[in-house]
Amino acid sequence: MRKTVTGLLAGIGLTLASGTSALAQELTIFWAEWDPANYLQELVNEYEAETGVTVTVETTPWADFQTKAFTEFNAKGSAYDMVVGDSQWIGAASEAGHYVDLTDFFNKHKLTEVMAPATVKYYAEYPANSGKYWSIPAEGDAVGWSYRKDWFEDPKEMAAFKEKYGYDLAPPKDWKQLRDIAEFFHRPDEKRYGIAIYTDNSYDGLVMGVENAIFSFGGELGDYANYKVDGIINSEKNVKALELYRELYGFTPPGWAKSFFVENNQAITENLAAMSMNYFAFFPALVNEASNPNAKVTGFFANPAGPDGHQFAALGGQGISIVSYSQNKEEAMKFLEWFVKDETQKRWAELGGYTASAKVLESEEFQNATPYNKAFYETMFKVKDFWATPEYAELLIQMNQRIYPYVTAGKGTAKEVLDALAADWKATFEKYGRNK
Amino acid sequence: MATVVMTSLDAKSRAASRGMSDMKIRNLFIIPTILFLIVFNIFPLIYSLGYSFTDFRASTNVSANFVGLQNYRELLNDPFIWSNFAITAKYVIVSVSGQVVVGFGTAMLLNRDIPLKGLLTTLLLLPMMLSMAVVGLFWKLLYDPSFGIINYALGFGSFEWLSNPDMALYAVAITDIWMWSPFVMLLSLAGLSAVPKHLYEAAAIDRAGPFYTFFRITLPLVAPILMIAIIFRTMEAFKTFDIAYILTSQPTTEVISIRLYKMAFQEWQTGRSCALAYIVLIMVLAITNIYVKYLNKVKER
Repeated sequence: MRKTVTGLLAGIGLTLASGTSALAQELTIFWAEWDPANYLQELVNEYEAETGVTVTVETTPWADFQTKAFTEFNAKGSAYDMVVGDSQWIGAASEAGHYVDLTDFFNKHKLTEVMAPATVKYYAEYPANSGKYWSIPAEGDAVGWSYRKDWFEDPKEMAAFKEKYGYDLAPPKDWKQLRDIAEFFHRPDEKRYGIAIYTDNSYDGLVMGVENAIFSFGGELGDYANYKVDGIINSEKNVKALELYRELYGFTPPGWAKSFFVENNQAITENLAAMSMNYFAFFPALVNEASNPNAKVTGFFANPAGPDGHQFAALGGQGISIVSYSQNKEEAMKFLEWFVKDETQKRWAELGGYTASAKVLESEEFQNATPYNKAFYETMFKVKDFWATPEYAELLIQMNQRIYPYVTAGKGTAKEVLDALAADWKATFEKYGRNK
Repeated sequence: MATVVMTSLDAKSRAASRGMSDMKIRNLFIIPTILFLIVFNIFPLIYSLGYSFTDFRASTNVSANFVGLQNYRELLNDPFIWSNFAITAKYVIVSVSGQVVVGFGTAMLLNRDIPLKGLLTTLLLLPMMLSMAVVGLFWKLLYDPSFGIINYALGFGSFEWLSNPDMALYAVAITDIWMWSPFVMLLSLAGLSAVPKHLYEAAAIDRAGPFYTFFRITLPLVAPILMIAIIFRTMEAFKTFDIAYILTSQPTTEVISIRLYKMAFQEWQTGRSCALAYIVLIMVLAITNIYVKYLNKVKER
């Protein structure tokens, strides 16, 4: 009997020991369902070939991404070892202890020098200028524009445009030109429209769209250091930017009031609009003839400058973080060491991922690899982002509630809307004791 | 003979003859059901009531602090919340009254001797058998201003149903009416078929007109069952989420359950959302009570 029990215990011990080791050979990364996640899966397959560690990129539709990730975090679940989370999550996730502090890792690998400065600032650091890092910039992204080269280069259109506006028809250099071109091509009778912009108010679509105008007009969302918003979010510059965004909405295809990245690519593929706003991460589909019959005649440009020459774009993209509740934190750390290597970042870019590595971004090879990489490179050095405070979701919903009726239905004035938003945000920051 | 034998047995023997004692039935079915109700219904209800008096946020690792009635006070003073309630009330009125008119009207038509009545009734029931998500996506295509069949059929050009903030709520209500009128129709048909034929015969002998017959015979007799349909549909419409969420994200269609969802799972204001859930619960209970009282009055007549 004693022998049986001893044998049984030994067996259990062996099983547990080998079980632990087997578990450590598997890592799960959670991300949203889009092309870059597929590229990442291709990349991590190479990690498996090198190390024998299986890495699975688990995805969920964008609409569920935030809810699903935070539900898992709140439950302190260990289903995911790493998450490629949105930039605005950093405050909420780090303050709540959901993310592992990667400051030492960051400093050890000198990532502040390796990665493009904006990506470090927005994807990794929280609080701002604190020198504390919670993510490794993974998928750099920002908003850019695609346009119909064939429409723009049609001699008849060029002549008509020049006659009407007094300058040459070409990709817009500023938001005034963007507006003129949108107006010029807006021909509902021909089922041809001027522009496709973000309008979806479910998450950050509309807000990011408006941010493109606000930042380029020289405006800001607030002072991220002291949470001051009054006089900043409702500044004269922001009012003008919002008014222009509302004007652009008038040149969009019918029913464009809930459009985000899918619809904005469709605007180009289905001959709906002359220009379309979208994240660079969605542009691979536009140069692929299988997904875009107009691939050969699709061009790209960076977010144009505002009236005073400021040129910024809204930041997209995500950093990769280790989840505090992971059972495989050490293994995940080893994976990140591999991920930040120059050769891995180069390979990441080759596969279609948007590396944040400054060296790769600056290389001729990267910039000439696609028709839009140069615009992406230029944009990544002039991006700005939404609030990354733990209350970002409330701030986002409040901004949607205020600006959506104005942009899509002309309710109120831009000034009224932004004044009301300033009051909402001020109250929210007061509620959480941020601006004491 | 068998009845005689059964009744002559004592209780224990009767239970034994059925194969299961009352005690066994209690242990096997009633106790697990009660336990299930306590664990999955009563306990979360009480637990969330407790949270509604705290500032708890599930997204943080900070423990809940008791804040008394602050959440309730803030919610009841929040103009956005009142606007959500107003939208919900408007939606409930439009949707439920539309369903009653369409459903009852269809039932009146089907309550005649018409060919293929059975097949027609079954086909009309199909919408309510579909999933909400499918219905939402299906109607989104129908409403599309560029290629939707609704604008084409009605000759509305590129009329914007879902993008137009003044129209979006009605568009959602129309979809709900399409989906749930068959439910009202089904209950109304049951009520109509139960109306004694001799009343109509008597009315015919008295040369009563169709208007008089409808308002003095049909409606009063079907009213109790119609009220039950209205109670069910009101409760359902009050907590509508999926159709409105899938079809459009207009602020003018943000019914209270969508606001509740955003507060709980996007903003992670757990305590506050629990308080809002209780406010909604109290409102639904109050409305249902009013209906039930009215139903009892109708029955007494």
